[in-house]
Amino acid sequence: MRVFIEGIGLRGPGLNGWEAGRPVLAGTKTYEPASVTVPPSPLLPANERRRTVLTVKLALAVGAEAFEAAGREIAETATVFTSSGGDGETIHQILETLASADRELSPTRFHNSVHNAPAGYWSIAAGSRAPSSSLCCRDASFAAGLLEAAVQTTVEDRAVALIAYDVCYPEPLNSVRQIGAVFGAALILAPYPTDACFSRLDIELLPESGGARAASSGALDDLRRSSPAARSLPLLEAVARDEPQTLVLDYLPELELRLTLLPLLPDAARGGDSGRRPAVPA
Amino acid sequence: MSRCVGTELSENMLPLALSRFSLVTCLGAGQAANLAALRNGTSGLRPTRFEEAPLRTYVGEVPGLGAVDIDGELAGFDCRNNRLAAMALAQDGFIDAVAAARERYGSARIGVFLGTSTSGLLQTENAYRRRDPQSGALPPGFDYAKTHNTYSVGDFVRTRLGLAGPAFVVSAACATTAKVFGNAARMIAAGMCDAAIVGGADTLCGTTLHGFRSLNVMSEEPCRPFDAARSGISIGEAAGFVLLEKPAAQTRDAVLLLGVGESSDAYHMSSPHPEGIGARLAMERALAAAGLQREDIDYVNLHGTATLAGDAAEDRAVSDLFGSATACSSIKGHTGHTLGAAGVVGAIFSTLSILHGVLPGSPHTRTIDPTFKSRYIVRSRQARVDRVVSNSFGFGGANCSVVLGRIT
Repeated sequence: MRVFIEGIGLRGPGLNGWEAGRPVLAGTKTYEPASVTVPPSPLLPANERRRTVLTVKLALAVGAEAFEAAGREIAETATVFTSSGGDGETIHQILETLASADRELSPTRFHNSVHNAPAGYWSIAAGSRAPSSSLCCRDASFAAGLLEAAVQTTVEDRAVALIAYDVCYPEPLNSVRQIGAVFGAALILAPYPTDACFSRLDIELLPESGGARAASSGALDDLRRSSPAARSLPLLEAVARDEPQTLVLDYLPELELRLTLLPLLPDAARGGDSGRRPAVPA
Repeated sequence: MSRCVGTELSENMLPLALSRFSLVTCLGAGQAANLAALRNGTSGLRPTRFEEAPLRTYVGEVPGLGAVDIDGELAGFDCRNNRLAAMALAQDGFIDAVAAARERYGSARIGVFLGTSTSGLLQTENAYRRRDPQSGALPPGFDYAKTHNTYSVGDFVRTRLGLAGPAFVVSAACATTAKVFGNAARMIAAGMCDAAIVGGADTLCGTTLHGFRSLNVMSEEPCRPFDAARSGISIGEAAGFVLLEKPAAQTRDAVLLLGVGESSDAYHMSSPHPEGIGARLAMERALAAAGLQREDIDYVNLHGTATLAGDAAEDRAVSDLFGSATACSSIKGHTGHTLGAAGVVGAIFSTLSILHGVLPGSPHTRTIDPTFKSRYIVRSRQARVDRVVSNSFGFGGANCSVVLGRIT
């Protein structure tokens, strides 16, 4: 399958956005982990921002950043959300309430606990009636989401936004499910190269080869292993380095995703006629 | 078959054959028990005895889950949700049919795209009641990954069936196991697999029972879809599985997946758009994907959960699109609202309706809301049914309609 990357959003420890994080991912700037700050989404009205939980804030932040880079119409674009779980704090609070004598739940907390809460808030914030999927494949959630987003992009011949996110869990859930970092990444995939596209991505689903799996460099590899959404890092580093590359992403035990990445040169350097189309067809 | 630009599923993607399917609801295990209840108008809803401090509500509880063994290599997966999944896999020759498909295609060429909203959350609810009083730690032996995590049911079913193709679990609230038909169709069209297992499981748990009560949408009596005096949902549990593959000689009698349409409401997290705009869009997209007109549809299997707002919005969407001529009903009075399993249960009841020539009725519904315009069927009856639209709508404004039928 061949897709074209049109925009990226990124938020993680020491990685405050794609443009700011790019030199770190390219290896030209030292990685310095820092606590993650998720800005309130410009997409949500002020009264809705107050009710949103961290998973929603994170998904909306990286999604909005990727759309801005792509210059694509948010409301018309299908979305694939993927994460290993829901909002840890919300789930913990519900479980504590249910274990107490008074089991009355807060209705807002209940709707925030569903796996597709970010997709729901996204649809409301973006005014989008486009189709949306919310997936989980535990540690392989990023690879599963990338596969689904690329399949939709090619089969339906339309752009798809992939939004991957995972947040830490409080105790005692943290002891049974350790997610070491808040991490979100979004990719806008297009079926053909538009003016905004900067990478061509070929994706193959192959039987596990036993070959080298993708790792990130140094401290970034600790981050990669600490969060399912951060399993996207090898792909993001390859894009940041701006050179042709093949890498293998973890998926399920018997399967791997082989990614072949080719940077797209600016039109001028390729002699003008690239066959590119504008992001929003006239 | 011609299809419009911008519809859900591209050309050559459909149809796919539902070559084998199995289910368990509170009406019983397997197709025969559910078909008999469908014909007889039997409801499986009973006053809840599910928790120590029972809520005043009716539920569709599946009996016998305590006796289901998940052991050996699969022991870590043991929880109510996976027991329900195991019970459904064991019905209707499903496991043998998958084994035969594995011979035909190879294990790596069969995908597993399941849905759940609850997963094994009940396991964690119980574990939270047994935390160490000093440290707060969860009890030893609690396996988060294989029970609570949303992927658990996918991992369990894929392992149980010996499959090695692509997999994930979709969790889009009450639309989830309708949406997986679309995921599977796209994966097959893209050549990622040749066949797929779709469906899923959802079980009763404190989070959904107390959660829906907090929203004031849970009835104290058995739910009465489309009734003037409806007062909310009755929650049920269920599991259902479908083997989807390209039509071939061995599937010539199978009902076909003709179209899938998905949409988002862009309105509210837990209330439907009052004019049913998202619901109508999902049905329109499904019809367009199937290359069908509204006149081609014999029956609409409604989401119809018996909430005041939900039924009114769906009646609006259905009557705006189909007028007042197309028969429709909700099976929630039979099974309860099986939440994350409602999509596949609706699809399987629709398939039974086509195969056995029966229009489903609506147990507990007595007086249809006089403000409604759609043609609601209260009592089941024999009728030829060739093509069905099955609706599933959920939290977050997630909507999905599936078109099932046979070539006539």
